[in-house]
Amino acid sequence: MTTSLLIVQILNGLQLGILLFLVAAGLTLVFGVMDFINLAHGVQYMLGAYLAVTFVALTGSFVLGLVLALAAALVIGLALEFLVFRHLYERDHLDQVLATFGLILLLNQGVKIVWGAAPLSVPVPEFLTGSVRLMDGILYPTYRFALIGSGLAVAGLLWFIVEKTRTGMLLRAGASNASMVSALGVDIRKLFMIVFAFGTMLAGFAGAMAAPILSVEPGMGDSILILAFVVIVVGGIGSIRGAFVGALIVGLVDTLGRSFMNDLLRLFMSAPSARATGAALSSMLIYLVMAMVLFVRPEGLLPAKGRS
Amino acid sequence: MSATPALPDAAPGEPQAFALPARKRRPLIAIILFLALAAVPLVVSLGLPAHWLTLVTRAMIFAIAALSLDLILGVGGLVSFGHAAFIGIGAYVTGIMITEGRTEALLILPVIFVLCGLFAAVTGAVSLRTKGVAFIMITLAFGQMAFFLAQALSAYGGDDGLTLSDRSTLLGFKPFASRTSFYYVVLAALAGCYLLISVIVASRFGRILRAARENATRVTVTGFDVSRIRLIAYVISGMIAGLSGFLLANQTEFVSPAYMSWARSGELIFMVVLGGVGSLHGAIIGALAFLFAEDALSRLTEHWKVIFGPMIVLFVLFTRGGLVGIIGRLGRRHD
Repeated sequence: MTTSLLIVQILNGLQLGILLFLVAAGLTLVFGVMDFINLAHGVQYMLGAYLAVTFVALTGSFVLGLVLALAAALVIGLALEFLVFRHLYERDHLDQVLATFGLILLLNQGVKIVWGAAPLSVPVPEFLTGSVRLMDGILYPTYRFALIGSGLAVAGLLWFIVEKTRTGMLLRAGASNASMVSALGVDIRKLFMIVFAFGTMLAGFAGAMAAPILSVEPGMGDSILILAFVVIVVGGIGSIRGAFVGALIVGLVDTLGRSFMNDLLRLFMSAPSARATGAALSSMLIYLVMAMVLFVRPEGLLPAKGRS
Repeated sequence: MSATPALPDAAPGEPQAFALPARKRRPLIAIILFLALAAVPLVVSLGLPAHWLTLVTRAMIFAIAALSLDLILGVGGLVSFGHAAFIGIGAYVTGIMITEGRTEALLILPVIFVLCGLFAAVTGAVSLRTKGVAFIMITLAFGQMAFFLAQALSAYGGDDGLTLSDRSTLLGFKPFASRTSFYYVVLAALAGCYLLISVIVASRFGRILRAARENATRVTVTGFDVSRIRLIAYVISGMIAGLSGFLLANQTEFVSPAYMSWARSGELIFMVVLGGVGSLHGAIIGALAFLFAEDALSRLTEHWKVIFGPMIVLFVLFTRGGLVGIIGRLGRRHD
């Protein structure tokens, strides 16, 4: 019983970790290459989910809806880049934080106006309904496996692009020393656009993939944004590998903490106080992990090479 | 973005001649500001809607929090995105102690100062190990930790918040009970915090803090422990923000996790930037302007954030130095 619960919760933790990775990867790339802190990145995740709601309902097909949602998320992201972000790259972090904070207020409320404040959902696609039987008595929904699988595939693709292609090489160089890359004749604006479009797509993809299993509501991007910050800080700013490791750690610690902290504490204390302490402690757990990592390694677990 | 032009090589301990014009103007603006605030109850009694008294009281409470944030953000150059946590701690200590029957402010306030100081010392010690954007992210994460902790406090309302049965008392008196006396209590608290932070900023400690904003390496080489000085400033700032939480809980007679949401921290930063970073009275002007704008816009439409969000963006893109910078530029033109 406990083993089967453990397996299911580990899978749930993996799934949260994958979603976090997709959001954090874009954020850490944008930050690493452009030195730009984009609080509105979580909003891209939310927009991905809302656009999936609309396009899946419109086309009647999940895959087609997903593709259209991604394209629309990209267009919105590029529009924001053109109108706002582009003018912030040279500013200090305080200006970047404030301006993107203003965008969050606008877009969270805008989503409420367009889609309403009530939570929405996307039906699980026909071909991914049902469950997979892991072992006796353990069933796990197929869609969640598909989510984990597609997330891992994207992570692999990302690794390939960053490590094996010319664009990836420029990205890594840009993360180490953007002005040097620019001085060597690379069009840094174009590189910024590519990185930004890429990050936007990843966040939108995460949102669209999460839409069938999470409720789609205004502000859903904010909570994942802050978790993504924890991921980036734990993993090391600007590092894709760090984001991957950090995302898995945060996803697993958060999920397992929430489901087992109560039982663990009951070994030491009475049931009611265990419940109260467990609820408080499990919600703080990832922040404690973050604090511990920072205490030992202020630059994160796997910092990008060449950053200081 | 600093309102006062600072020379990087201004040695700590020496008088800074460059700051003199701003210094001359600062007390004047502050005196006018506080006189205007003191006159508000009079104007209200002469016929301004009573709603104004509540609004200005609330604005002054947030001005205390914004002032405390200005000490670390403006003077210290540390962008803390978790400042609402201290307001929340102050408010929750007040709410919980009043619920438990302890209404005496002289009992509640020390608890707030100790808890806020402790929280600031622990989270600050970890956050200050990093700098720049990582500092922003970590303070945001710690603020969120406090938020979730408050949500998990099921004995005291959890997610729904906690309604206070009573307001605080002070040595048996009830200065927080009537609207006008509460107004003057908040005004006095604001004036006290303004004086305290002004003294801190003008002191040797404040000059080192400011110098470290411009060039931390140089200050370290001069022989000061920059991390320790920043941590002390962070702790002082957190304790003052706790005071505003105490006042806020007393005004609304209600506390909820929303008091320490990250959006609230963002709003506090905007108040400071709106007024003008690092100028102290700018933080007060920013808080007043923010709450007036919020009040006016939310009467206009329930979707006021759709207007307010772009206003923030445009403000950041097109103005420098905040409202105080604009006032300063106008003043200079008349010189």
